[in-house]
Amino acid sequence: MQTVRVALAQIAPKLGDLKSNFEIHLDAVALARRKKAHVVVFPELSLTGYVLRDQVPEVALSREAPLFRKLLRASAQIDMVVGFAEETQGHRFHNAAAYLSKGRVLHIHRKIYLPTYGMFDEGRDFAAGDLVRAFETPRGPAGILICEDAWHPTCAWLLVQDGAEILIAPSSGPTRGAKPGRGITSLTVWHDLLRTTAQFQTSFVVYVNRVGYEDGLNFGGGSAALDPFGRIVASLPGLSEGMTVAELDVEVLRRARTAYPLLRDENLELVHREIARIRQERFQVPDPLDMVFLQEPAAPRRKAR
Amino acid sequence: MSRKLRWVAPAPLAEPDLSIDPEATTSILEGFIKKEVERTGLRRVVLGLSGGIDSALAAYLAVRALGRSGVVGVLMPYRTSSPASVRDAESVVGDLGILAERFEISELVDVFASKAGPIGPRRLGNVMARVRMLVLYDRSAEHDALVLGTSNKTELLLGYGTIHGDLASALNPLGDLYKTQVRELARALGVPKAILAKAPSADLFPAQTDERDLGLTYDEMDRILALLVDARVAPGTIVKRGFRRDAVERLRRLVVRSQFKRKLPVVAKVSTRSVGWDFRYPRDWSS
Repeated sequence: MQTVRVALAQIAPKLGDLKSNFEIHLDAVALARRKKAHVVVFPELSLTGYVLRDQVPEVALSREAPLFRKLLRASAQIDMVVGFAEETQGHRFHNAAAYLSKGRVLHIHRKIYLPTYGMFDEGRDFAAGDLVRAFETPRGPAGILICEDAWHPTCAWLLVQDGAEILIAPSSGPTRGAKPGRGITSLTVWHDLLRTTAQFQTSFVVYVNRVGYEDGLNFGGGSAALDPFGRIVASLPGLSEGMTVAELDVEVLRRARTAYPLLRDENLELVHREIARIRQERFQVPDPLDMVFLQEPAAPRRKAR
Repeated sequence: MSRKLRWVAPAPLAEPDLSIDPEATTSILEGFIKKEVERTGLRRVVLGLSGGIDSALAAYLAVRALGRSGVVGVLMPYRTSSPASVRDAESVVGDLGILAERFEISELVDVFASKAGPIGPRRLGNVMARVRMLVLYDRSAEHDALVLGTSNKTELLLGYGTIHGDLASALNPLGDLYKTQVRELARALGVPKAILAKAPSADLFPAQTDERDLGLTYDEMDRILALLVDARVAPGTIVKRGFRRDAVERLRRLVVRSQFKRKLPVVAKVSTRSVGWDFRYPRDWSS
């Protein structure tokens, strides 16, 4: 990768109001450009708001939708990571984030892990994504994790194995109160998670969390960019809207991967072998490795006449 | 036996944890009131001021969110209401410098009661709560305002309130704070000392207190509820941790039995898409 300046757009989208949210995006794009950023990252579902429920099909966009084309045109000015409800073939609706650059879609990540527990009901409203892929941006390889995806270390691990050096994590993370000495507890929890993700994957992590209120849920903000040592490069306070720019320095990535060669030492082959064994035991399916290398093809049996 | 290893006893788990950070909690609740009111295109709230700690705290939060001109306090005494309650409500009004109105409910309640026959203290209390709701919703129309709820989490969970009475509101900033947390926040926000110090009471008849009504102190109730509800600890385990079995069982029963007070009426489903079942839009729906 090359050193890249990333703008963190901590916005408060209006629930279900695509038009207003598009304007909020354009404002943020203008500010990010003035601050000489290469890319501006928006939160999860930044174009629609979060507690959509039955509104999902009403605000979902396909890649051909006029509003999506307008976003693409805006990406001529600066690269953007935008959160939206995506309608794909077969009328499936995904909680998605698109990386747009110079009028083109470089990548769409569809949220894998849709939280459907406690205060969350995403599994009712969205189809789960089934691909975790790194992709090339103009300034280096990146991967996207939407909110809950970051709580499954396998997602970050796979992206980094696939070559990602920057992990982008758009989020709509609600708060759950505040404790003495810890402030808003969900922010502390998130920052612990982001720090360990950055350290374990020796990668940059860019977390952009929204703010604002929907039906009494309060979204915490606290967006932050961390370097591969787990240090915060730039951050925004909780609860209020704002933007900052983080410079992700390629030199720091090199130093971190030299000092902690975790990625070099990761044993992909071992993981693959053990996963295959666990899969075989848990699901009683044949081990694909056995099938390829070990099994003699059965001799064709003649039918008795 | 090892002589070299120093024994370190494990620290007990801090559960239930009812502590709150007053500053951050205030920010969240202040933003909640401001944003939820602005979303409707309005700028004001009305709330009933009973002289108690819940409505006082709600008023202090509302003034922080909307300014003095954004809050209307309504005092609605009944003839048996304690004079101290009225004085305490007035101290909130004076301290905050908000617009206050006084609406005596005695006549309305008594006329109703005379037509309803002998109704007893329980029904009379419910009538008072519903007359106050009637007054607040009417005042809210007059002031282009929303009705601000003041029920706390302990009351909501135990059903210690009147459905369509004091439980009715457009938005409630206190509904996720236990009574003991309300006290802590009220102290931090400068609610008058007399209000902080007195025993919580529905003030429906003289000498009534919540803790006498419920048979437990708020401190006990909140700790048991926080274990049952927030931490999802099984009732039997809570008893093993030193709480009285009868108290745990009673609170659990009250929570279950009052579920109807926390829900809209059930709708019989006879179509493909029904209100309350599979017509699922957020309250803050906009399109």
